[in-house]
Amino acid sequence: MSGLAIEVNGLGKTFRLHTQGDVEIQVFRGLDFAVRFGECVALHGPSGCGKSTLLRALYANYAAGEGSIRVRHRDGWVDMVAAEPRAILDVRRHTMGYVSQFLRVIPRVPALEIVAEPLRVRGVDPADARRHAGDLLARLNIPERLWSLAPATFSGGEQQRVNIARGFIAPMPILLLDEPTAALDATNRAIVAELILERKAAGTAIVGIFHDAEIRNRVCDRTFAIEPFKVAA
Amino acid sequence: MNATDRPLLRVERLTKRYGERFACQDVSFDLWPGEVMGVVGESGSGKTTLLNCLSARLGPDGGRVLYNTRHQGMRDIYETSEAERRLLMRTDWGLVHQNPRDGLRLAVSAGANIGERLMAVGARHYGEIRQAATDWLGRVEIDEARIDDLPRAFSGGMQQRLQIARNLVTRPRIVFMDEPTGGLDVSVQARLLDLLRELVASLGLSVVVVTHDLAVVRLLAHRLMVMRQGRVVESGLTDQVLDDPQHAYTQLLVSSVLQA
Amino acid sequence: MSGTETGYNYAYLDEQTKRMLRRVILKAVAIPGYQVPFGNREMPMPHGWGTGGIQVTASIIGPDDVLKVIDQGADDTTNAVSIRSFFAKTAGVATTTRTEEATIVQTRHRIPEKPLKEGQILVYQVPIPEPLRWLEPRETETRKMHALSEYGIMHVRLYEDIATHGRIATSYDYPVQVNERYIMRPSPIPKFDNPKMDMNPALQLFGAGREKRIYAVPPYTKVKSLDFDDHPFEVQRWDESCALCGATDSFLDEIVTSDRGDRMFVCSDSDYCGDRQAARRKEAAE
Repeated sequence: MSGLAIEVNGLGKTFRLHTQGDVEIQVFRGLDFAVRFGECVALHGPSGCGKSTLLRALYANYAAGEGSIRVRHRDGWVDMVAAEPRAILDVRRHTMGYVSQFLRVIPRVPALEIVAEPLRVRGVDPADARRHAGDLLARLNIPERLWSLAPATFSGGEQQRVNIARGFIAPMPILLLDEPTAALDATNRAIVAELILERKAAGTAIVGIFHDAEIRNRVCDRTFAIEPFKVAA
Repeated sequence: MNATDRPLLRVERLTKRYGERFACQDVSFDLWPGEVMGVVGESGSGKTTLLNCLSARLGPDGGRVLYNTRHQGMRDIYETSEAERRLLMRTDWGLVHQNPRDGLRLAVSAGANIGERLMAVGARHYGEIRQAATDWLGRVEIDEARIDDLPRAFSGGMQQRLQIARNLVTRPRIVFMDEPTGGLDVSVQARLLDLLRELVASLGLSVVVVTHDLAVVRLLAHRLMVMRQGRVVESGLTDQVLDDPQHAYTQLLVSSVLQA
Repeated sequence: MSGTETGYNYAYLDEQTKRMLRRVILKAVAIPGYQVPFGNREMPMPHGWGTGGIQVTASIIGPDDVLKVIDQGADDTTNAVSIRSFFAKTAGVATTTRTEEATIVQTRHRIPEKPLKEGQILVYQVPIPEPLRWLEPRETETRKMHALSEYGIMHVRLYEDIATHGRIATSYDYPVQVNERYIMRPSPIPKFDNPKMDMNPALQLFGAGREKRIYAVPPYTKVKSLDFDDHPFEVQRWDESCALCGATDSFLDEIVTSDRGDRMFVCSDSDYCGDRQAARRKEAAE
């Protein structure tokens, strides 16, 4: 697969803070770019230029105010800016994975179940999903004694690895990665880099934010620079 | 055309007045099979009135509530006979009250509470009814040994789980929930939420859950409707509405939540 | 009509009231098992003494009728004697203790052992007519449940019985379904008597005075006792036989005969028992 996975046109995002005197914060505007299957694109730009905001907009976690984000889904295209919630959820279930910077902890749910869930919602047998989750957690050096515990008490690095396992377990054609290696030591960084390369080789389109230059150079094919938005006087 | 090509519930310009005041005005949405929709807003926002109108317990003053029945396609629930409506309510629909005492029969055992809906639709084999009750107690994490105990001997969290089992035993397609975790301790809430999440996903239930607790919808709901003064001010994907609220009221609501 | 009290209307009630009651009874007969409300009249006795049954009897009784009144199967208790003499005085009717001679049998808590015939009327005194009351106190709701045949909670009650006792322990006022439609309380008769209601050639009328309801089971109407497939309806059985007549097929009362706890079992139906004793004596004499 080397066709287009994501096509972004004229994308703009402005936060309007009604509770703080209707301040408008324009983050970016008029973004155009495309990502093909099998390539990894790093978002680049100074801190605060909106890399995370763009990534969240791609996942429809943030509502983009203007433009379109067309995503190759099943046999067609879905515009993540305009689609109905259930269409977006279907994209998230089957096409687009997202590894956030921080694990959103679900009370009481053990790490193994958290990791297995994306497979289960795709209809994989729960036992198979759990076995697969275990393999991935083991590969990411999460000791087996932690698998049955809820990750609320895990260290930052452990939580991030659980999060990565959850993001990588399902064979999503598109992956969004927000600083996947930020809290990891060198060994685990290398494992994550391997995971990313494997996915890329399998044809996954990847868009990510990588502060770590070494990782970035190793996994990314090119960068997309976000122009810092100049606040009008 | 199979059942998933059509919404399970279609609400068109639903309006309910109390005298001059609109409790609920021009509310429209589709709920699809397997979808969980949260309705949030503060007290008096009209969310409970909406739930009552949706669940056939309060006739609206305007608009329609259409339900995709198993055999007759989309029907306006307020145009069906009372007999049909009540049959729907005890088979295809579930209703989880905030206070479990409103949804349970306190004078009969836990097993009978679960078995009642089965008996209401014609189950006449004691052993099978009891087996179903035992299974459901297990699914809602209540010790099977408590099957013959009266619900008043149960803790609040157990009562709420029993209420849920009592509703789900007939495999309803849609469940209406009114503040299902209200009045429970935080640790009990978490357990209940997790259980609900699991049941809803494994049974493919459609749910409308009304709550003022944003953490509840964050965990349970796919979609969110924010109500204020009887109107829907914002709706969309749950995480999008909570993480990037557009409307002034939603922003206020989200920013008012104390971060743990 | 010698001995009839003067100064009262025939059968005590005024003609308007009796007409109203007859209309109610006709409606009850037309809808077997359905509780028809009526305008209850004050009777010269307290509620609990069978004022509902007495009003029904008063509205159907005529000078040619022969009345039998039983209380728990016996003709000679205060209640039965009072009601019998009440109608002897106000309606001038003949009375009897023999089931087969009676045209009207008013009863509290039993159905006679001797089979009833076409043309006979059995009038039950009913304390609480509503079978759904135990779980649903709201009258508006129970009427709706009857209208829509929402009878699931009746089985909830039987379920509770089995869960608690291992079997259906309800032994009196055991709920029935009439004509495959309405659920009905048969009044506090023992469930031993329930099968007698089914396809009975006699007309069965039920009067609840305090609750102002009349209902009916017309002749030859199906009356089914509620049960579960795996816990079918069963009637009481005794290891003993009647100490007086030797009957093994009748409903027996247990009577304590001494401070030492001696006891005997005798027929609750005094007419049935008396006939059997007479037959035995005759046999013995021959």
